[in-house]
Amino acid sequence: MQTAFVTRGLTKVYGEGHAAVHALRGVDIDVPQGEIIVMLGASGSGKSTLLNILGGLDRATEGQAFFQDTNLSELSDRELTIYRRRHVGFVFQFYNLMPSLTAGENVELVTEIAENPMPAAEALDLVGLDHRRDHFPSQLSGGEQQRVAIARAVAKQPEVLFCDEPTGALDSATGRAVLNVLRDVNVRLGTTVLMVTHAASIADMAHRVVRMQDGRIGEVNVNETQKTPEEIEW
Amino acid sequence: MVSPLDTKLFRDLRRMKAQAGAIAMVIAMGVLLQVMMSGSTNSLTETRRAYYERNHLADIFVTLTRAPESELQRLGAIPGVRQVEGRVIGGIRIDLPQETVPIQGQAISLAETDRPGLNQVHLTNGTLPAIGSDDEALLLEGFARARGLNPGDRLQITANGVRKTLRVTGLAQSPELLFVAAPGELAPDAARFGVVWMRQDALSAIYGMQGAFNDAVFAQTRDANTSEIIDAIDSILDRWGGTGAFAREDLISDRFVMEEINSLIIMSRSVPPLFLAVAAFLLYIVISRMVQSEREEIGLLKAFGYTSFEVSAHYMKAVLIIAVAGVIAGCLLGVAAGRWMVGVYTQFYNFPFLVFRPDTFSFIFSAFAALTAASTGGLFVLRRVFALTPAEAMRPPTPPDFSKTLTFKSAVARMLDQPSRMVLRGIARRPLRTAALSMGIAGGMALSAGMTTIYASFEDNIDLFFSVVDRSDATVIFTHPVGDSAATDIARVPGIFAVEPAREVAAVFRNGLRSHRGGITGLPHSPEITRAIDASVRPIPLPDSGIVLSVPLANKLALAPGETLTVDVREGRRPTLQLPVVAVAESLLGAPAYMSLPALNRALKEPGRMTVAHVMFDSAEKDTIVSTLKAKPAVAGFLVAEDAQASLEKLMNEGAGAARYIMGVIAFVITFGVIYNAARISHAERLRDLASLRVMGFTRPEAAFVLLGELALITLVAIPVGSAAGYLISLALAAGFSSDLYQITATYDLASHGFAASFVVGASIVSGWLVKRDLDRADLVIALKTRE
Repeated sequence: MQTAFVTRGLTKVYGEGHAAVHALRGVDIDVPQGEIIVMLGASGSGKSTLLNILGGLDRATEGQAFFQDTNLSELSDRELTIYRRRHVGFVFQFYNLMPSLTAGENVELVTEIAENPMPAAEALDLVGLDHRRDHFPSQLSGGEQQRVAIARAVAKQPEVLFCDEPTGALDSATGRAVLNVLRDVNVRLGTTVLMVTHAASIADMAHRVVRMQDGRIGEVNVNETQKTPEEIEW
Repeated sequence: MVSPLDTKLFRDLRRMKAQAGAIAMVIAMGVLLQVMMSGSTNSLTETRRAYYERNHLADIFVTLTRAPESELQRLGAIPGVRQVEGRVIGGIRIDLPQETVPIQGQAISLAETDRPGLNQVHLTNGTLPAIGSDDEALLLEGFARARGLNPGDRLQITANGVRKTLRVTGLAQSPELLFVAAPGELAPDAARFGVVWMRQDALSAIYGMQGAFNDAVFAQTRDANTSEIIDAIDSILDRWGGTGAFAREDLISDRFVMEEINSLIIMSRSVPPLFLAVAAFLLYIVISRMVQSEREEIGLLKAFGYTSFEVSAHYMKAVLIIAVAGVIAGCLLGVAAGRWMVGVYTQFYNFPFLVFRPDTFSFIFSAFAALTAASTGGLFVLRRVFALTPAEAMRPPTPPDFSKTLTFKSAVARMLDQPSRMVLRGIARRPLRTAALSMGIAGGMALSAGMTTIYASFEDNIDLFFSVVDRSDATVIFTHPVGDSAATDIARVPGIFAVEPAREVAAVFRNGLRSHRGGITGLPHSPEITRAIDASVRPIPLPDSGIVLSVPLANKLALAPGETLTVDVREGRRPTLQLPVVAVAESLLGAPAYMSLPALNRALKEPGRMTVAHVMFDSAEKDTIVSTLKAKPAVAGFLVAEDAQASLEKLMNEGAGAARYIMGVIAFVITFGVIYNAARISHAERLRDLASLRVMGFTRPEAAFVLLGELALITLVAIPVGSAAGYLISLALAAGFSSDLYQITATYDLASHGFAASFVVGASIVSGWLVKRDLDRADLVIALKTRE
């Protein structure tokens, strides 16, 4: 089994002295490639911080994080940008689409700068929204906006897709549709999906479930079988 | 106990200190200018009034040939006359050892008494000449300073053909000599006109005025009718060669001072409101944006149970704190700048003391203007606060609707990458906001371009005057009207290659109730050296009859070609002439009236006379020419064009004109403030999009393109608009700066507009860089989680 990420003694401290907040307290984790990994944990448990460091949005205070053979802790800002550009995609709770670009153009925003992208139409087709490509975000529902965000994230064919509360702002039916798309991406493209969520039931669709507590890995469970989003109790 | 809302208010202000500071600065600049301009105008007016009052400046003046002292009693008996004093005044030539060009001057008598009278001198150094002394003199301080003379020094003068050595006992200033200019000079110049005061008996002896006087000054009672007194004086002095009494406002020195004060008043009424308006407009834009960005917090506060009114009051406080800070800073800086400027003016105008009196109204006016602008901007936007329900405010905002903005046809689409489309659609979706930002920058650009154009116009006008209107290298002034053979005589001096006779005649122009004390310049039919020019800078030939008026004179007298002007000549036989106005001439300096020399001499019944000669010479021979001419008895003085040009430039740069440099600096500060704010606004609006781009793997420059591209486009649109508006502003400023003394015509000066445009571009680059620096520092994750 190949690993996407390996971390050793990963520590993140915000602030200094009395005001210091320890978001991560020495995290050791191996993330296998091609899996769906769900990270669960209370607010402040460090799951988003871990996701941000692995995604190249933030830096660890101590310890090391490897993406394949690359030590993320040693990359410059410029190299981190290139890392994000080539290898990883992001999906956020509030979609973060460019309101001034149509669905198709939002996807092209990424395909224009990626090294080996799929055609924008194909990415939109993957999320079932090719017929909405000329619509602006204001003309799309929340679920549709999130699916465009996923299409945008996968269009560059990243090795890893980071999702921070991707269903947080959606109702259950729409949320299921979005999870279906993520599962599809994982199955069809072999993309590793790293998802942070509050909704424990979503863990049932993961290959692996990481529970975090007070900045440490609490436990890691491997699901022998994965439920489809339709089977998940919401 | 500070309420939590107020704590929030102060933290918010601290957070946005750069932008709040920029807004406050723009307001402060508008207020500064208003306070400074009206404060210095007020102070100058007040200083002038106080000086005249303390030193008992006369209300009415008259010069005559010679009258016995017994006439003073008759003059004093005129109803309304409170006090009268007879004086002896005469023209002198001052010979300084190192100076080849003779210096013209004037000797004024001091009564043989210590009792203070009218037109008291203000002794700045030394003592008064002893009573009864015949070789002691006071010297005008401005002249002494310019020539490095001090009490105790000796001074050689020639008065009425008599050479005399005087001992300088002291230096003095005088309220009737705030400005001194040699006869025929366009601009006052302290160095080239000297005034000495001597005791009356000594001066009477020189001029043959024992028991007589040739000048009288009058103080009138409070409610007296000046023009009736003047008529009575003229009827008494007519037989003694009176040249016509005139009121204080026609005193040359006071006219210069009033011209300067008036041009300051016009400037202080026209320019600062313009600056304040631009500042107010900018404030409105920025405050709208600030309140809009607090949407979520507004919802939260309402959800807690704060009323719409309380929430509005909270934001209004922030707006007013910024505005009030700007107003206070502006007032303080304005008073400081006003003080400094009045100090400069005091030197320039030769006031012995300075009354600094800021204009209370200007504080109120500018504070009112700034606060109104700020609160209007705030109120406009706070309407939306009232409309917003808490739930609505706290829901993630629906993405702004771009579906009705630019769609790109496929051909165009291929040329534009996605970031470019973001820039274009961002601009197109809210044309009003884009226009507002663009107009803000254009406003700053317009002020800057207007000011720089005015600088250039000042220079151009002086250049034009000395290259087209008056092309002489020097003007020779005779002590009295001489026969025109003098011109031929001068032409024989080696080195002089052109001479043109001319005649200056003092006169009062009348048209109905309007009148002007000035003079007629008689020139050859088609002069080559000194000419009248029309609006297209072509020389106007002077016809055999009639008069050509300059634009300011024609305006003042409300006369147009074809109409008739009444002229009371104040010299010789003093005829009253009815002259048709035949043309109106452009005048860059002064308010002259031209006639053909033969026609003028005919009207005066003195054929073949001249009082000045305009000459062109080989500058290498200047010194020889000067000493040859100096030796000629009828030559009173010699004006060198170069010196005249230099003193004019000095007048324009140091007088009221000095204010334009301060205005220029302020215009540029405002422009920068506007642009920096525009950049900040774009940055605030785009922060989330920019963070998203960075997360997707766009490099910093690539992400900054979206932000700075918009700023660049807004700036590019602003430049032509600002340039056009700047042209209009320069026209308005030119009108404001123009006076009877000099007229400024603003043209579209490419270099000035180019400079202002470069400044705008430069300010955009700096602002862009400052904002980009913030963008580079922004925390991606936090930026993404803020909803809007």
